[in-house]
Amino acid sequence: MKKIVIVGNGMVSYKFCEKLRAKADASRYEIVIFGEELLPAYDRVHLSEYFAVRSADNLYMAPKEWYKEQGITLHTGTLVTAIDREKKQVVTHKGNSESYDILIMATGSSAFVPPIKGVEKKGVFVYRTIDDLEAIMDFGAKAKSAAVLGGGLLGLEAAKAVMDMGLKAHVVEFAPRLMPRQLDEVGSQVLQAQLEELGIGIHLSKQTKEIEGNGLLSALHFGEEERLEVDMLVISCGIRPRDELAKAAGLEVGVRGGIVVDDHLKSSDPNIFVIGEAALHRNMIYGLVAPGYEMADVVVDQLVGSGEQEFADCDMSTKLKLIGIDVASFGDPFGEEEEADTIAFEDKVSGIYKRINISKDGKRLLGGILVGDAGAYNSLLQVCKNGMALPPNPEDLILGARGGEGGDIGTESLPDTAQVCSCENVTKGDLCTAIKEQGLEDVAQLKACTKAGTGCGACTPMVTDIFNDTLKAMGKTVKKVICEHFAYDRRELFDIVKVKEIKTYDALLDAYGEGDGCEVCKPAVASILAGVWNDLVTKQDTIQDTNDRYLANIQRGGTYSVIPRVPGGEITPEKLICLGEVAKKYNLYTKITGAQRVDLFGAHVGDLPDIWEELINAGFESGHGYAKALRAVKSCVGSTWCRYGLHDSVSFAIEVENRYRGLRSPHKLKGAVSGCRRECAEAQNKDFGIIATEIGWNLYVAGNGGANPQHGVLLAGDIDSETCLRYLDRYLMFYIKTAEPLNRTATWLNKLEGGIEYLKQVIVADSLGIGEALEKEMQFMIDTYSCEWKEVINDPKLKAKFTHFINSDKKDAHVKFDDLRNQKMPEPWT
Amino acid sequence: MISQLEDYRTVTASEVKTWIKVAKASDFPENGGACVLHEGLQIAVYNFTRRGEWYACQNLCPHKMQMALSRGMIGSAAGEPKVACPFHKKTFSLVSGKNLNGSECDIATYPVKVEDGMVYLGVS
Ligand code: SRM
Ligand SMILES: Cc1cc2nc3c(=O)[nH]c(=O)nc-3n(C[C@H](O)[C@H](O)[C@H](O)COP(=O)(O)OP(=O)(O)OC[C@H]3O[C@@H](n4cnc5c(N)ncnc54)[C@H](O)[C@@H]3O)c2cc1C
Ligand code: SF4
Ligand code: FES
Repeated sequence: MKKIVIVGNGMVSYKFCEKLRAKADASRYEIVIFGEELLPAYDRVHLSEYFAVRSADNLYMAPKEWYKEQGITLHTGTLVTAIDREKKQVVTHKGNSESYDILIMATGSSAFVPPIKGVEKKGVFVYRTIDDLEAIMDFGAKAKSAAVLGGGLLGLEAAKAVMDMGLKAHVVEFAPRLMPRQLDEVGSQVLQAQLEELGIGIHLSKQTKEIEGNGLLSALHFGEEERLEVDMLVISCGIRPRDELAKAAGLEVGVRGGIVVDDHLKSSDPNIFVIGEAALHRNMIYGLVAPGYEMADVVVDQLVGSGEQEFADCDMSTKLKLIGIDVASFGDPFGEEEEADTIAFEDKVSGIYKRINISKDGKRLLGGILVGDAGAYNSLLQVCKNGMALPPNPEDLILGARGGEGGDIGTESLPDTAQVCSCENVTKGDLCTAIKEQGLEDVAQLKACTKAGTGCGACTPMVTDIFNDTLKAMGKTVKKVICEHFAYDRRELFDIVKVKEIKTYDALLDAYGEGDGCEVCKPAVASILAGVWNDLVTKQDTIQDTNDRYLANIQRGGTYSVIPRVPGGEITPEKLICLGEVAKKYNLYTKITGAQRVDLFGAHVGDLPDIWEELINAGFESGHGYAKALRAVKSCVGSTWCRYGLHDSVSFAIEVENRYRGLRSPHKLKGAVSGCRRECAEAQNKDFGIIATEIGWNLYVAGNGGANPQHGVLLAGDIDSETCLRYLDRYLMFYIKTAEPLNRTATWLNKLEGGIEYLKQVIVADSLGIGEALEKEMQFMIDTYSCEWKEVINDPKLKAKFTHFINSDKKDAHVKFDDLRNQKMPEPWT
Repeated sequence: MISQLEDYRTVTASEVKTWIKVAKASDFPENGGACVLHEGLQIAVYNFTRRGEWYACQNLCPHKMQMALSRGMIGSAAGEPKVACPFHKKTFSLVSGKNLNGSECDIATYPVKVEDGMVYLGVS
């Protein structure tokens, strides 16, 4: 067994441990870490989130517990003060020493503080650690304005932080533009305009000569008469690698800081490695976390792998969201490294700037800049890094091809070396190999075994595409089995349940599955059983997702929400008063939802039956806000009141909502009815949307709001109400029977071979001759509907399930609330 | 919050000092769990009817420190009995407490026995 001592417990130190432990346990390498900070490694990249919650709990790379489990000894709050390379041991500020076989320096860097007169004054801060943030928050509570020295990436983030604290924020930059390392003149101007609009003062080409004030800072002096009066200053002028310890131990360090390493991250002492921001590799310090992780990889390879892996120049492309504004730069953003043609696009009104640099022969993308809209970043980066072929009109890359698809890069054309996940440095090749060699069956497995997509998550869509493409290329009919317990897809199981008249999950598992089921197949089968038998979900409550099991949405903190049905959004004053009274009585947070209903949040599980009893007595019923089922059918006010209304959209919405209330489906279903083309009910982004025309209704289907908005497509035009309902019956039932689990109608239609034309054939022309059968099945659903909550409050046995403890009537003491605008809200995630 | 996690320590069968009487077996849902309150601690106890087995683990999910695991769906992964947290579906082995997604820390498990229709939880 060998012993590794690590100096520093920052992000890279942690990642090194994680990577090493994945390959070698404590019997092979003992690990001892010394970290100067009091807290175990936390996510510095998301440091600013600390301002919102003032708690580090969400930022930890891993809980303290984790180190113990991994057999790692972690000494926090301990500074290493000396290295005795002869004796191979380190000494801490407490005077203890620890011997090592291998020493890893992961000391990171500290904020660079320029030698300006007066920097020692009170009110001057840096922005690097949680301690720094604590100090800033304490001081900022009494301040009115703050300047940030440095208009780089970090400086702007700091400016946003002080702005969020309620201070007037200024950014002071020495260069003539913002983010000088990433942006060009125009990019900087576009960004500046947006920041100024937010009220941030931007001061460019300013050299700060002196920090004025009598002990306490009062102003920045720029020379001549120019001064900026502020109460606080945050310095963000770059970083200084922490190489003092290495230097004192006689290791080679760079003239401008950083511990010199070779391609294997070895320092001038072969027993000492350096990783992260402290390492100086080929004269470069990498101030980003991804290269640090890659360094950790290389050292792990030295210790337990082939030893062949080398750290190569790392990509410094960046994409971030600054104060809600996308900013990205990649490759050679300025087109300086070789002669280039530049294509740029600027839209002052929406604050968008895009620039790409193309090689003189028009064949390669060299780099570029995106401000305001960085949606194309991922694919541009891939094209750039992999020297992929450009479209015939390269400007399509940033403008989007006119008149159709294009510009977008499919994952099939990526080379194997393309880095897909930059946080964890996973290439397309790594993903494909994992899929092929380990016989992976879903994207979750792929993420778990390669770690791709587990960092910032931005690459998840690409990972999914690569997964599907690879399976297809392997000649696997990508059979969409539900999970390891059922070798069938949802549609097949639906038929089995129906034909074999299977009524319970257990019976299906016994006859057609294996193992004990899981959180994927249980709710999927529950949805199928509901789609065939429309039985009460409460009868098989433990196969339901938690929301269906408790007939309410679980929330942060473990309480539940209550959303009664308000068909069409129409509600009487009496019912509104009842909602208010119930909310008051049970102390519930009250909010109007985005679907024209009222949500009452923060109910203890034990209070749910009582709350519902009162609501039901007042004439409400379940709104199924917790279920993959019909939610709301929104309406606009329509012809009864509106001067433009063509038909009574409210009445029709209510009729439709009551018709399909409680209808369980593969995913949730939403509808809307608008009284005219102005479309105030937003029907075209619903699973079904009905819009009044002069002579009838237009029926749109498969629209979606949410994560991937998509407009609905016209299924039939100018139809009467009866026909509309008939088509809806057929369409909804057809979807319920054939969709994969958790596919909304939009996704389902996108995948349906033949698309909308085929759907029209089936629904309108009845080409399969199943129209009548579908209508009958739907009629069965309508006839067998009952309100689940009514069932519960009338059945003491069902009611008894709504308790937090099985052996006590106490409420969960863990549930705690804060106050917000005169209502309660759950405590932040802890 | 880390300290809260430290309240929960795996108890193995041989370490049991006291068996706490919890509730009637028939009070538990089939193939599901319920939460037991014991001296301020919350322990999830599962009636894994399908396997004819009982399991117990901390109710506290280490992902976002939510008292929720008793309300999670149970099942198996490659034969290993597991529970999925209702919040974000992180899954944990009911036998070893191991986090099966690899990203959270493991959870504490406890012995359970059933005698004369009563469920007992083992604590040390
Ligand atoms: C309460 C509400 C927000 C609000 O305050 O307005 C809300 C709250 C939630 N939405 Fe929503 N959505 C609400 C309207 C919407 C809307 C607007 C609408 O319905 O017109 C949308 C976009 C329209 C759409 O769905 O196409 C919407 C798109 C989503 C999505 C994304 C769906 C998608 O297809 O991409 C999810 C996630 C999901 O369902 O998987 C979601 C999921 C959720 C969940 C259930 C998340 C969860 O699982 O805990 C939230 C539950 C909160 C709670 O504890 O009650 N919510 N959600 C709205 C309740 C409406 C109601 O009365 O039932
Ligand atoms: C506000 C902010 C935002 C950022 N945003 C991004 C971003 O969006 N993207 C990105 O890629 N990067 C970002 N970074 C940079 C990123 O955080 C760093 O690249 C990363 O943290 C470097 O990791 P590290 O382990 O090398 O150093 P660190 O995380 O600095 O860890 C080094 C640790 O070693 C300790 N230490 C030093 N000397 C000793 C000693 N002698 N004894 C004991 N302990 C010692 C230090 O106290 C420190 O805790 C950001 C940084 C900050 C401050
Ligand atoms: S948008 Fe997201 S955060 Fe807002 S309610 Fe919907 S699910 Fe929750
Ligand atoms: S709180 Fe349990 S998975 Fe997130």
